[in-house]
Amino acid sequence: MEYIFDWFRVLYQETGINLPFLYDEYDRNRMVEGFFTTIWLSLVCLFFSAIIGIIGAWLQGSSFKWTRRIVNGYIQIFRNTPPLVQLYFFYFAIGTLLPRVDNDWGGQSPILGSFAWAAISLSFFAGAFNVEIFRSGIEAVPKSTVEAAEALGFSKLQIYRDITLPLAFRVVLPALNNNLVNLVKTTTLAYAIAVPEMLYEANQIWSDNVNVTEMMVFLLFAYFLLVGILVGAMNRWERAMKIPGYGG
Amino acid sequence: MSWTPAEPMVSIKNVHKSFGDLHVLKGISLDVMKGDVICIIGPSGSGKSTLIRCVNALNDIQKGSIKVEGIEVNDPKLDKLQLRRKVGMVFQQYNLFPHRTALQNVMMAPVRVLKQDKSIAEETARALIKKVRLEGKEDAYPGELSGGQQQRVAIARSLAMQPDVILFDEVTAALDPETVGEVLETIKDLAEDGMTCILVTHEMGFAREVADHIYFTDRGIIVEHGPPETFFQNAKDSRTKEFLSQIL
Amino acid sequence: MSYKTDLPVMLQANPHAPEPFLGLKLWHILPIGLIAIFGPGLAFAQSTNEAQSPLSVLLDWAPLLLKGFAFNLIISFCAMALGTIIGGILGLGQISLLAVTRHSSWFVTQFFRNAPWLVLLFFAMFLLPFEMNVFGFKVPFPDWLKAILGLSLPVMANVSEIVRGAVRSLPSGQWEAAESLAYTRLQTLWLIILPQCIKRMLPPWMNLYSILTMATVLASIVGVNEVMTLTGQALASEGGRPELLAPFYGFILLLFFIYCYPIARFTVWLEKKYAFIT
Repeated sequence: MEYIFDWFRVLYQETGINLPFLYDEYDRNRMVEGFFTTIWLSLVCLFFSAIIGIIGAWLQGSSFKWTRRIVNGYIQIFRNTPPLVQLYFFYFAIGTLLPRVDNDWGGQSPILGSFAWAAISLSFFAGAFNVEIFRSGIEAVPKSTVEAAEALGFSKLQIYRDITLPLAFRVVLPALNNNLVNLVKTTTLAYAIAVPEMLYEANQIWSDNVNVTEMMVFLLFAYFLLVGILVGAMNRWERAMKIPGYGG
Repeated sequence: MSWTPAEPMVSIKNVHKSFGDLHVLKGISLDVMKGDVICIIGPSGSGKSTLIRCVNALNDIQKGSIKVEGIEVNDPKLDKLQLRRKVGMVFQQYNLFPHRTALQNVMMAPVRVLKQDKSIAEETARALIKKVRLEGKEDAYPGELSGGQQQRVAIARSLAMQPDVILFDEVTAALDPETVGEVLETIKDLAEDGMTCILVTHEMGFAREVADHIYFTDRGIIVEHGPPETFFQNAKDSRTKEFLSQIL
Repeated sequence: MSYKTDLPVMLQANPHAPEPFLGLKLWHILPIGLIAIFGPGLAFAQSTNEAQSPLSVLLDWAPLLLKGFAFNLIISFCAMALGTIIGGILGLGQISLLAVTRHSSWFVTQFFRNAPWLVLLFFAMFLLPFEMNVFGFKVPFPDWLKAILGLSLPVMANVSEIVRGAVRSLPSGQWEAAESLAYTRLQTLWLIILPQCIKRMLPPWMNLYSILTMATVLASIVGVNEVMTLTGQALASEGGRPELLAPFYGFILLLFFIYCYPIARFTVWLEKKYAFIT
């Protein structure tokens, strides 16, 4: 490993191609942390946006007109405004309204840090798409299949768990995966409120080392690989979930 | 109130049913004794399917009474699960669960609803699949089976619940002509075993062969009924005659 | 966007038409939005007597912010036009008979589709020179031009995928029928395939435009004088009063909503219309 790291130091000295995050331990740790922050932020948002999607889809089926209207309003607002402005709105406008708490150093700090606000904002953003995805999936399960289960004496809960959800999940999987890929790409917006994710850490490194070109090219390839691996894995999963006898 | 085999197993009395303004059933009465095979025939839209769906409480009725082994179906406090354990149903579109294999389709309800032991349920299911002559197709998914094969799995699925009566809702209407025979053969086997069957069908030859009694419905009422010999040869009502002349 | 299911037993998963926003007409949104934004501002106004109320501060700045927003729209038009032209060519490259063209077009498309928009924008900002030598003349390369180029990259990749998807969604019988009539491949493409594809491409293309418009605010991160940058400057020059944050950011949200929501509705309407025709 050390040998490889040294090779990049030599590469820099010989050619001027500077990739400090490969030979310098401090920069390497920054980059690795940035990578895991991106992953962690994506996972947190994935989790909460899925919950928002499920609850929203359930509320959309409500018999109260106003419940449905509020859910629809939420969807339309978050889908038709820039996620970056949403993030600013959460972080600056709402964040400053919240009370501050004493921190360990005797000073005051906000209750929620930038990572938390990025997670909240992006979860709501991705959640707005998930609501419609889940809802269309549930609607795609034919009533007659549910009826067959009813005729066999399944209870409502059993039908939901054994028939509706497994079938709906297969229908929406491609759309869900698409949304997940978009979510991972959207985590870069957290850069704007100084969440130390990959783009932010790369920026730190190029500020210190003046190697914008190398870092930019590296970033592009890093995201290309990260998203490419994700898409590949999702496609495999979709194929594995495919019901034999249907589709091409 | 206990029921004895001397009374009708299914007793339908003066049943009225409407969908909004549409009056579909206008006072239908008929009795089915244990071991009877009855066929309900009539033009499309005459309310045949609606009638047997009401027996299984898939549709509710506005007036009248339907009793299955003494259980009143038209009762708001009806325990639907208890009713559906007694009444099996086979649908026109088979309505198998597409994400489960043939064997799993047959096993699912006994395990989930009757809480049968898995190994016992599997043994029963394998025997039933053999009975409907689908040995070797246990692990096929519905999408990999022909229409006739799917319908026979659906019959096995409903038999697995050990119902006292089975409702057949135009079970051959969606099938290719060459697979109709195999399904009718399976139903005939059941009838010979003494299973109580209520069939809605367009297969006149089959009705004549297996039915103990034939009911002709038109525009929500029973126009004429009788044993097959008399019904087909000496129809009295002009509507029956017209229908039979078109079909035969 | 609509997605198909491979299960014939399943009903078509519907693109789920966004129901009318609270069942209201478009013009209803404006007053409601204004109340939502200025409501909290008015509440603050009572507590800070000596300072100008947030509402009137926002009104003072509104003309400038609207100009900034117009600049966002200009960026979006240009990036869309540029991205559509290059992306269209790239998309046709993806269905080329030449394996080299096909594979390289595919790679370029995937590469720029997988990259986050913000990273591509940084890429254009930092790696393009600030001026270029064309025939001895120095042509300046201002930030806003770089932003247009940077945003047109992901547009290009997505348009390329839209073109490929639309062409592949046509039944192969169309190609065969044209071939049997002795059309050349180019004629088939131009006269038979593309005219049929336009209808299929329009809804996702408009959806892409909407996404692009919302992405133009990213240019603020790299210092282009668009609406977000101006908002930041306005807030700073007002002394960073916290009660101004909600009205100002809310105002930007409202501007984008008023612009993008009708586009979204129109897209859904188009999707439905063409779903019936084809």
